[in-house]
Amino acid sequence: MPDSKQTLVVIGNGMVGHRLLELMVEKGALDHWNLITFCEEPRVAYDRVHLSEYFVDKTAADLTLVSPGFYDNNGIQIYIGDRVTEIDRDKKLVRSANGVEIAYDRLVLATGSYPFVPPIKGNDAKGTFVYRTIEDLDAMKAHAQQSKVGVVVGGGLLGLECANALKSLGLDTHVVEFAPRLMPVQLDETAGEVLKEKIEALGVHVHTSRVTTDIVSENGKLSYMQFNDDTSLQTDMIVFSAGIRPRDELARDCGLEMGERGGIVINEACQTSDSNIYAIGECALYNNRIFGLVAPGYQMAEVASDQLLEVAEAQQFTGADMSTKLKLLGVDVASFGDNFAKTPGAKELAVNDSVAGTYKKLVVDAGGKLLLGGILVGDAEAYGTLLQLMQNQIELPDNPLGLLLPAGAGAATLSMDSLPDTAQVCSCNNVTKGELCEAIQSDGITDLATLKKCTKAGTGCGGCTPLVKDILTTELKKAGVEVNDHICEHFAYSRQELYHLLRVGEIRSFDELLEKHGTGHGCEVCKPAVASMLASSWNDYVLNTPHVGLQDTNDSFLANIQKDGTYSVIPRVPGGEITPEKLIVLGQVAQEFDLYTKITGAQRVDLFGARVDQLPKIWERLVEAGFESGHAYGKALRTVKSCVGSSWCRFGVQDSTSLAIEVEQRYRGLRSPHKLKSAVSGCTRECAEAQSKDFGIIATENGWNLYICGNGGMTPHHAVLLATDIDKETLIKYIDRFLVFYIRTADKLQRTSTWFKKLEGGLDYLKQVIVEDSLGIAEELEAQMQHHVDTYQCEWKTTIESPEKLQRFSHFVNADDADPSLVYVQERGQKRPATEAERAVLSQSRDALVSPAQ
Amino acid sequence: MGVSNGQAQVVLDITSGDLKTMESSAVQATTTADSINWVTVCSLDAIAPNTGVNALVNGEQVAIFRIGSTEEVYATGNFDPFSKAFVMSRGILGDRQGVLKVASPIYKQNFNLKTGVCLDNEEVSLQVYPVQLVDGQVQIGGNN
Repeated sequence: MPDSKQTLVVIGNGMVGHRLLELMVEKGALDHWNLITFCEEPRVAYDRVHLSEYFVDKTAADLTLVSPGFYDNNGIQIYIGDRVTEIDRDKKLVRSANGVEIAYDRLVLATGSYPFVPPIKGNDAKGTFVYRTIEDLDAMKAHAQQSKVGVVVGGGLLGLECANALKSLGLDTHVVEFAPRLMPVQLDETAGEVLKEKIEALGVHVHTSRVTTDIVSENGKLSYMQFNDDTSLQTDMIVFSAGIRPRDELARDCGLEMGERGGIVINEACQTSDSNIYAIGECALYNNRIFGLVAPGYQMAEVASDQLLEVAEAQQFTGADMSTKLKLLGVDVASFGDNFAKTPGAKELAVNDSVAGTYKKLVVDAGGKLLLGGILVGDAEAYGTLLQLMQNQIELPDNPLGLLLPAGAGAATLSMDSLPDTAQVCSCNNVTKGELCEAIQSDGITDLATLKKCTKAGTGCGGCTPLVKDILTTELKKAGVEVNDHICEHFAYSRQELYHLLRVGEIRSFDELLEKHGTGHGCEVCKPAVASMLASSWNDYVLNTPHVGLQDTNDSFLANIQKDGTYSVIPRVPGGEITPEKLIVLGQVAQEFDLYTKITGAQRVDLFGARVDQLPKIWERLVEAGFESGHAYGKALRTVKSCVGSSWCRFGVQDSTSLAIEVEQRYRGLRSPHKLKSAVSGCTRECAEAQSKDFGIIATENGWNLYICGNGGMTPHHAVLLATDIDKETLIKYIDRFLVFYIRTADKLQRTSTWFKKLEGGLDYLKQVIVEDSLGIAEELEAQMQHHVDTYQCEWKTTIESPEKLQRFSHFVNADDADPSLVYVQERGQKRPATEAERAVLSQSRDALVSPAQ
Repeated sequence: MGVSNGQAQVVLDITSGDLKTMESSAVQATTTADSINWVTVCSLDAIAPNTGVNALVNGEQVAIFRIGSTEEVYATGNFDPFSKAFVMSRGILGDRQGVLKVASPIYKQNFNLKTGVCLDNEEVSLQVYPVQLVDGQVQIGGNN
């Protein structure tokens, strides 16, 4: 049957190729077009802009750009892992490596680029890499396992991204740049110098004006790089990130017009010299220029889709704004517009603050009224505002330098209302202010995450996120929507505010807090939250009369309630280390009280099915044998898991078990907004899985690396590296500060990873507070932790020593009977609660089952 | 086999769901009604402020709650209709928009202390019992 539809083949499924298909679908192409695409890599399009996050906390799945079912649901044929090897323009056919042959009506080349590897002798040695695909990253990761030193060749934007990746892998990282400064395309000399200083302060070595002449291997292993000035640099691995070259070989082979130095020549419609063939993204050459950023690529996809669909008023590509804002190794860098003041008559204004390590330059027109461009290093907060001023030709205030001051310090700010609706807010995804306002109003969006998801604004480079947030806040305010973070109806405060009130007012009971700052009787939300705040501030015994009614049942019976109302008991086993004698006691107790036993994921033993009246008897035995409460019932520190470390393991470099025990004993019983888990690994093999913990420690040859805010469980989150190669004293100091800062500022029931995600300023801010003590509160945080350590008590020991407290541990207030409703069946040699069906069967033969209460 | 090794935990009766609600069960209930058979269960002091206890009353499990350190006391069935465990006495007390309530310790549904009606699903209720204080002793009104 003849198909009336035309066929579009897109070669390349990178960011731009995928975007084109999305746009085709959005613009209604499916009615008239068969869409077919080839994806050379083994996976569909992913976010290459944020590639280095693959080494921090992202998986390949996190980086994907393709919404689930996009290709299937839209009937787009995608050949994954197949590469087009030939374009036959006469027959209008493409042929692939796997032998697929497809006739096209129109063809789009979105083949992207490849990393340029400088022609240096030895550049193909084992241990040399490029930085482009997830496969490249996997190869780097594998090699880094046996490496200590890593070098990036290239100090441009990508090179520094790559340096970040090497640093995340725990390598001693060097950047070698041929030019006299870093990022020579975006930065002027001063900016390059400021950036260099900042990056070196982070422990990355920068070598500028270096020409590598030789890469030398010894015994099949990479050894050193030789420079032309007779110096050399020892290294275990090298990554080339010295620029990109267009992937234009297909176009060249079929005779399309090429640029002198490569690149497929396109016109304003993104058409190549063959009007049936388009080229978009990094393989395309417009006006003798390659555009190596994602925003222009997306713009070309817009243009090409308009042209293919022959829409009225189709957009044209006339070059692109190469403005960019990035966070490189945690340092903000932005460069926009006429950054080198090449416009005739242009003037420069700059602020170089070498104390703060920031450099900000504005380029203005001859009259000083319009902004033409600029450079920001160290603090790029003003970027969004400045870009809008430039793009919308908004007249500058009398003293434009005011624009460079930090917000709140007399900065001239841009009112969102002064922006026209047509102002482009997100240049990566071409989202205007008007579109954002429309989404907020008609879809009733009230939070940033949803707004970003719906409009795609801020999902490219992320540089416009602060602006998007400002627009959201302004619009919500206009609509009279109040966004409150009150803890519950009884307190008109966030947890953080309440915590502050409690500490400043030295409030020591819930009733006092409610009387001074709340209303009503409280509830199951605020009571446990306040109980936790009281505990972490004053560390009173949680079963004291004023506190006992605040606790969740787990805390008030110091055990974990299970579905049938019985409890499970987990004694503390610090670091997971336990003597045979203690292990035997656990077995004996479980036997005696007929408890179901299971090993937990946190290297402890859980004893299930303990009745309320049995808990004190069980704990008398456990305390006598030297066990302590494991606080598995509390929003508190749980366990500090460990491997055996250097004491047994042939790979271990430090004694992880001893450290884990010490850390667990320091923080045991610490109440927090949610549970806290930790682990210590004795080497980079990471057997204790420290990077999935709230705080994790990994041994290095020189000390310890501290990771924070990781999470396993429901929403896995890779921990982030806070400090490297620190000694034990520093480590404990940082953990003290981190934990108390989290306890003070997190929301109720917010794990560290969620807290971290919502923390403005992210890791940089946290480093400033914890490592650099930017808020001047480090001493206070440490003191609060020390108070906790000094006042720790085993809650179970205190409880069994108090006859009065023990009275609560009975099922009936007026009888000694146990709960008569409990029914168990046997499974694999142990008991478990009967299911409803089993109970029904059992109750029919109840006479046979009754046994006298004791 | 079926049950655990000779321990005193065998079900004889699982409370059914069709429980009627009573309007008010607070301390104001008078002692004179002939139909009420009062059972003394414990002293008020045995209930820590803002907590509950569980009492065995004529073979039934009754949760008794004390509001603050006052003499205001309420009684409901100890059976949690959602988890089907006898645990209500271990719930957290509080109020929603001024309505006194207890939250199930298992899945956190809230119940009106005075009527027993679940605030999150009005089709579900706890049994409520009359309760009174006599000479500092808590008494529960039985059904017969």
